[in-house]
Amino acid sequence: MVVAAALIDPQGDSVPVRYKSEVKNLSFYYGSFSALKNINMPLHEKQVTALIGPSGCGKSTFLRCFNRMHDLYPGNRYVGEIVLHPDNVDILSRAVDPIEVRMRISMVFQKPNPFPKSIYENVAYGLRVRGIRQRAILDEKVEEALRDAALWDEAKDRLNELAFNLSGGQQQRLCIARALATDPEILLFDEPTSALDPIATASIEELITDLKDKVTILIVTHNMQQAARVSDYTAYMYLGELIEFDVTDNIFIKPKNKQTEDYITGRFG
Amino acid sequence: MRGDQDLSEIRSIIARHKAWDLIFMIVGVFVLMIALLTFMALFAHMLIDGSPRLTWDFFTSFPSRRPGSAGILSAWIGTTLVMVVTAVAAVPLGIGAGIYLEEYAAKNIITEIIEINVTNLAGIPSIIYGLLALGLFVHQFGFGQSILSAGLALALLILPVVIVATRESIRAIPVAIREGAYALGATKWQTVSDHLLPYSAAGILTGVIIGLARAIGETAPIITIGALTFIAFLPPAPFKDEFPFLSFEWLMAPFTVMPIQMFNWVSRPEEAFQVNAAAAGLILVVMTLTMNALAIYLRYRMRKNIKW
Repeated sequence: MVVAAALIDPQGDSVPVRYKSEVKNLSFYYGSFSALKNINMPLHEKQVTALIGPSGCGKSTFLRCFNRMHDLYPGNRYVGEIVLHPDNVDILSRAVDPIEVRMRISMVFQKPNPFPKSIYENVAYGLRVRGIRQRAILDEKVEEALRDAALWDEAKDRLNELAFNLSGGQQQRLCIARALATDPEILLFDEPTSALDPIATASIEELITDLKDKVTILIVTHNMQQAARVSDYTAYMYLGELIEFDVTDNIFIKPKNKQTEDYITGRFG
Repeated sequence: MRGDQDLSEIRSIIARHKAWDLIFMIVGVFVLMIALLTFMALFAHMLIDGSPRLTWDFFTSFPSRRPGSAGILSAWIGTTLVMVVTAVAAVPLGIGAGIYLEEYAAKNIITEIIEINVTNLAGIPSIIYGLLALGLFVHQFGFGQSILSAGLALALLILPVVIVATRESIRAIPVAIREGAYALGATKWQTVSDHLLPYSAAGILTGVIIGLARAIGETAPIITIGALTFIAFLPPAPFKDEFPFLSFEWLMAPFTVMPIQMFNWVSRPEEAFQVNAAAAGLILVVMTLTMNALAIYLRYRMRKNIKW
């Protein structure tokens, strides 16, 4: 297992922070358009890493490389590697089935996207895909995931109700529960609060902070304050390039790069 | 803040523009009435002409040389059986083709040619399908002038409707739902069978029923195949007393259908047969409207739980 340099440990103590994943020379092409250019950065295990940058900078494109979402559409091409630890596998390799990658790395989308099924079936779907049929196991996992997503108390008496009957914030927590039910190694968030009101946003942010004990988190956000609030590490991207990656406090208090500083201080973007 | 002069000018402009709203509304209602009233007049005419013949006997009697005792028994049973064959053939083929084109087919020139052709198929005159069926089903496959041949011919005819309805219903499902399923590690087939098909079922079903409603009134391809115009016996029953209880002999039986029965009566010189034709036409229209109403109801019922 790779041990990161101690100087970018946000806690400031000497506990070694491990890499869950390393992005190595990653470029990505939509047809001939180069959307990501030679990105190198680590994901620290059980930490929250935020991707920030102006619209069109490629942060969502980058996020969607982690679960091979781009494989769903023709004409997309990855160059470089995303290595997943501890087994040291390059998840972008042609030899690796994208479905296998998606079973290890879950994703929460921009807008809540529950299936038009019951609350229970939404959470259980990932388990069903894995062939789990026993009711007892499903019940247990569904409850655990809903508890982890802070939705159990609100949902336990209405598990058979349609997911659409939940509020927007509850729907997004349901989607988080759905992503958690399969015990993913990394949880990807693609602007998870952009469709939510401030109160629902606060509860999702709190949840993200709580979840990092369990899972490595990568979150795309257009909201800099959100990145500052929830993340341990922040990457600033611009026009498909990674401009700066550092401990979140460093990015927001003393960015090394002028471009990052301009964006953070609102002079640009 | 504008002066009074400007405001009154703006008001007169708004009034002038609103006059156009009114004019268009009047024209719209008028045009709508032409379409609606024409149908209503036809329907009322058939109702007045045909209603004296709408008795139980009319449904349970075979055609006859005497208009007073002629009925539509063989016609409505023939129509029902042909529709069963059409549905059984067109539904799986159409849905399968729709799913393949929408979800599986590579987006290349060949797929595009197929897509254009499928859309064009819907515009081909139905008699061409009749000729195709005559050559292929009746002679080549040796199905003869049977219910099976007729059902398959009409299935070909409504196939494009089912395919297009399937594709459009699947396409109406938001990308986020599809990606949500894939993101959980579902395969293509799991995504199709667990999500895309169930969520698009209402739209597909509507397409199927609209297609069948079109097929039920088709006359040209059925005549081409060689449906009988006078038939005084029923096809063998599909159910039997002994094992395996089902019989498929009826598939190969000669038959007639409602529009042909109607056509036959209309072409008779006797006035009394025109009454029979009106009554049969009335029933045919009611059958079609019922199917359309069913489609609307099912769509409403099945879409109630789906909001996007």
